[in-house]
Amino acid sequence: MATALMTTPTEIPWIDRLRTEGAEGQAAVAELHALLLKAARFEVGRRGAELAHLRGGDQEDLAQQAADDALMAVLRKLDEFRGESRFTTWAYKFALLEAAVKVRRRAWQGREIPLADEGWETLADRSSADRSAENAELFAALHEEIERLGARQREVLIAVTLNGVPIDVLAERLGSSRGALYKNLHDARRKLREALAARGFRVEEGGEG
Amino acid sequence: MAKDNEILGRVLGPGAPELTCEQCFDELDRYVELVLAGERADERIPGMRAHLAGCPACAEDFRSLHDLVSREGG
Repeated sequence: MATALMTTPTEIPWIDRLRTEGAEGQAAVAELHALLLKAARFEVGRRGAELAHLRGGDQEDLAQQAADDALMAVLRKLDEFRGESRFTTWAYKFALLEAAVKVRRRAWQGREIPLADEGWETLADRSSADRSAENAELFAALHEEIERLGARQREVLIAVTLNGVPIDVLAERLGSSRGALYKNLHDARRKLREALAARGFRVEEGGEG
Repeated sequence: MAKDNEILGRVLGPGAPELTCEQCFDELDRYVELVLAGERADERIPGMRAHLAGCPACAEDFRSLHDLVSREGG
């Protein structure tokens, strides 16, 4: 709690006020909704390019829906606020998540989800002149090992990492969740790394740079 | 080569211990504030950086919260 960004006593009234019965509690909920709406509009606004086909009014509706859903989530999870960040930062993340998921799903509405074909082209369809001999072998091995994955792991891996399908969109289509699909993806990546290592390829760790 | 490395990075992921999406969301507000405060966010919340490198959706959530709080002077 050494940093000025950590919880201050001013955070406590947020929780107390939101739990107050009557007009004061309602005012706090309205104030919170306004904050969440601001965050949702921020997210919808920065993703405007994905929603170029929507009218401005539709984008505002999306932000309003995201703020409404985030408000319900925040009020439901008040007990989980640990005071390790400012209350507003904690609350904002719910509005940003709701807005981002809604935008991604709206942007992909009616579009077919590419689960396989295009991804294979990304891996395989590059001329040998563009790729070193060492990389050509590695990519050929990777291609083979992806084909050995179970169907679900292969679908998720190709859709998310090669075809750029947002994981939330894929989760909705498959009746699953971001967390469950990411677990599939994580397990698939681990298998691929192990298989490539067993075949003598050296694959470096990433994510720390 | 750069394109190949980028594809490999996306397909094979960070290859380091990482949080789950649920853990990432739980810690996101604290992580963002630590980053903005110049604290040792990656030491305080191990596995977050690797997860953000591996999960495009959570990485976008991080950038959004970071930018929103930063804009507000956080």
